[in-house]
Amino acid sequence: MTSARETAAAVRSRRVTAVEVAETALAAAASSTSNAFVTLAEARALARAAAVDAAITAGRDPGPLAGVPVAVKDNICTAGVATTAGSAVLRGFVPPYDATVVARLEAAGALVIGKTNLDEFAMGSSSETSVFGPVRHPADPGRVAGGSSGGSAVAVAEGVVPLALGTDTGGSVRQPAAFCGVFGIKPTYGRLSRYGVIAYASSLDQVGVFSRDADDAAVALSAMAGRDPADATTAARAADELGPVPVDLRGLRVGRIADLWQGVSDGVRAALDGVAARFVESGATVVDVELPLVEAAVSSYYLIAMAEASSNLARYDGTLYGLRLGEARDGHEAVARATRAAGLGREVQRRVLMGSFALSAGYADAYAERAARVRRRIADALQDALAGVDVLLAPTAPTVAWRQGERLDDPLAMYVADVTTCLANLSGMPALSLPAGAAEDGLPAGAQLIGPAWSEARLLGWARAVTAKA
Amino acid sequence: MSRPAAPSGPAARRSGYEVVVGLEVHLALRTRTKLFCPCAASGDEAGATAGAATAGAAAAGDGSGETQPNRHVCPVCLGLPGALPVPNARAVELAVRFAAALDCAVPEVTAFARKHYGYPDAPKNYQISQHDRPVGLGGALDLPNGRRVRLVRCHLEEDAGRLIHPTYADHSLVDLDRAGAPLIELVTAPDLRSGEDARAFLEEVRALARALDVSDATPEEGRMRADVNVSLRRPGEPLGTKVEVKNLNSFKSVQAAIESEATRQERLLQAGRGVSQETRGWNEGGQKSYVMRTKEEAADYRYLDDPDLPPIRLTAAWLAAVRAATPETPAALRRRYAAAGLKPDDADRLATDADLSRAFDALVDAAGRAAGATAPAPAAQALANWLLVEVVGWAHAANTGVTALRLTDPGPAGRLAALVALVEAREITGPTAKALLGEVLAGADPRALVAARGLRQVSDAGELAGWVDGVLAAHPEVAAGAREQPKAVNFLMGRVMQASRGQARPDAVRALLLERLGIGDA
Ligand SMILES: [Zn+2]
Repeated sequence: MTSARETAAAVRSRRVTAVEVAETALAAAASSTSNAFVTLAEARALARAAAVDAAITAGRDPGPLAGVPVAVKDNICTAGVATTAGSAVLRGFVPPYDATVVARLEAAGALVIGKTNLDEFAMGSSSETSVFGPVRHPADPGRVAGGSSGGSAVAVAEGVVPLALGTDTGGSVRQPAAFCGVFGIKPTYGRLSRYGVIAYASSLDQVGVFSRDADDAAVALSAMAGRDPADATTAARAADELGPVPVDLRGLRVGRIADLWQGVSDGVRAALDGVAARFVESGATVVDVELPLVEAAVSSYYLIAMAEASSNLARYDGTLYGLRLGEARDGHEAVARATRAAGLGREVQRRVLMGSFALSAGYADAYAERAARVRRRIADALQDALAGVDVLLAPTAPTVAWRQGERLDDPLAMYVADVTTCLANLSGMPALSLPAGAAEDGLPAGAQLIGPAWSEARLLGWARAVTAKA
Repeated sequence: MSRPAAPSGPAARRSGYEVVVGLEVHLALRTRTKLFCPCAASGDEAGATAGAATAGAAAAGDGSGETQPNRHVCPVCLGLPGALPVPNARAVELAVRFAAALDCAVPEVTAFARKHYGYPDAPKNYQISQHDRPVGLGGALDLPNGRRVRLVRCHLEEDAGRLIHPTYADHSLVDLDRAGAPLIELVTAPDLRSGEDARAFLEEVRALARALDVSDATPEEGRMRADVNVSLRRPGEPLGTKVEVKNLNSFKSVQAAIESEATRQERLLQAGRGVSQETRGWNEGGQKSYVMRTKEEAADYRYLDDPDLPPIRLTAAWLAAVRAATPETPAALRRRYAAAGLKPDDADRLATDADLSRAFDALVDAAGRAAGATAPAPAAQALANWLLVEVVGWAHAANTGVTALRLTDPGPAGRLAALVALVEAREITGPTAKALLGEVLAGADPRALVAARGLRQVSDAGELAGWVDGVLAAHPEVAAGAREQPKAVNFLMGRVMQASRGQARPDAVRALLLERLGIGDA
């Protein structure tokens, strides 16, 4: 399977045309049976590809991702290409603008070949709640792909594209990456623009990248990173600090978050031990670190996410765009009620209702504000833990991919599994999941590395060092 | 500190009840773009390119569709999925400027919050406003009558869109051109005691907003709106149950709504029935209020710190720069004009009209620059008289505005000042100057006009005697009755001025006339 860097090199040296690359990727996407793609952007991809080829013929530099096909999660806006967030309420919505990350990827020469399936509004860990139906695991169609960015993880795992964009609010890039055996990185909050990313929980949402290796992720991040005047939460950090830097692991201190090993399956534990062993073989030391408040992380995370979701999703009322049910003469409220009742799925309604409750007068103090305080303390605790070590090691998910439908009626079981990933979202720190080898039933396990803010280059370097030997 | 109002006007007659009024005032900020996106903040730009269409729509005034709606919109102010707000730095600056001028405490960190309510004029079903960290807390505004009105807070927020209800349709239409435009909301303590008080407060707020270049503050265009809170109590007792009246689009409506609401509450209390806490709307046509919602239906706004908008740090250096760039307040202008020797009425008129005050300051500057040892600058009061009476009158007659005369520019200001200087130095007469005013405002140099047309004032005794004697000879019977009929002297004065084509020095003419008629001056 060709990496993004190899594809770009081949296109730039005219060993293959961008149009040929796009056609191959579109055909692969069309023939996939995993339900990873919900919309293919043939016209857009081929037009971009022709422009890349024309630039090369004219002697212009088409950018570091010249002719590289990419898949984009369907909650990231693409001008002229339907963007639904996997929800009936946005069926038929065609954004008039590109998300900044999409525009920047294309400016670097990439070709957006299609939009990928997800949990409705990115609310889930299994990619089963989409209006387009569930995403199937690439190795076992009876299993989930993880979520919410399951479609993007599968698109990379199946080799349709070397790069795909997801969003990660509580683990939605890292967990499906682990389930599908690929790389997945959630950068530092503020590294990538959220403009054009359909909001789930704005203070936690961050765009992330799926790839087959650390170096491809670095190229994609570099192309997208940096301050965006359209997103006030982006940071003015140089894009070229994204590496990955060559790393010597000698003397590196790796902290195992011991509390997160509770409830981890034997197979996943063995795979993680393998990663720890490779760190040690390369000269690093691995120590156990304490992380207080871990048990409060999931409740804090869900309260914040649901509260923000209840606000972010308030706009889907059938007035301006997307689905509209009910009769206009019955008034705005009636139309909004009918549209939401039929247009939003059960899990989305559950989170919006709980979030609205948490923000209500008389409860905000007990829920929303308390969650915010816990969040600050967890961020401080992670900061303290990282004062003693260079990087934290944790499972990305406690198990391998579960069976389709297994947890749909037990939301709490699905929620608690997010404990390992949501720490990075609560603190804003960068984290990635690297393939850690096979676990139960031969299915992939992922190892998670969490580093201090803006340490993506080092994280990617360390990840490359320990996966190279796998 | 506030001092209790001496009840006056209608308030004093409320069967011993004291009317207690608090106001919430919304001002549309004078910014080029909206609060969180690059769209034009008002119809101004549209007006410039399509003035006729705008004027037509304003004339129609019933929202019947003559306007072209939704022309100043983008993904952000439409609330499209994925769009994000970015704060307008100028709006923050103007809001802080206003808050600081009202002596509000400006915090080190100010932040935006989402205020949730479901209504089709709010495309996100929440309004971005400020909650616990507004740009200003506390503060006060002194009214010209000396009353101090304490303020609770001053905050920034985005405006809503406009709903249009076509007459024969079963649906409403939404125009989002105004959605996202920046507003300041100012909330007063319950320190006002009558509709008249409220009106005086609003007039002072309007003057302040205009003087500081913060807002046009034009209620007729919806760029200044007020909601009122009214309650009644026996003096000295705790505050009574308050009723909010909304949808007030003129100062007159505010005053009328307060008096009407006070009367309604007075009747309820007199009848031994309680006042219930509710929100009422104002029916302009019927001059009556109606119930909009009761306390039980009160909205829960579910405030949420807006995660898309990081809190804004207002550094001391930035705040100092904002203060330095803040124009004078009407109160400061009143003091300065009084010190310059203007009559109180004129000082007040200039202080409360930013356009006139800027024109006046430019005139004084121009007069000062032109003055020399031999030709002192005209007195400030003379310049004020010319501006407030002659220029305003001329502009009115010419169906134009004073701003259109560009008197704040050195050229036009210098020419007008030169004209006034000619009168003050008695080189030309007042009537001559008035006759030249239009040409001078249109760009003519008054000195050149006077020289070219030989309009210098004549005080030569021989020439004056020629005109006076001619007029007396032509009107012997008027001259004969002049002793009994003082008006006759004015008639004869007029004839002499006419004969001299306005050039005769008026006081000399008068003296000569009285001498010839054998009457002593009064
Ligand atoms: Zn806009």
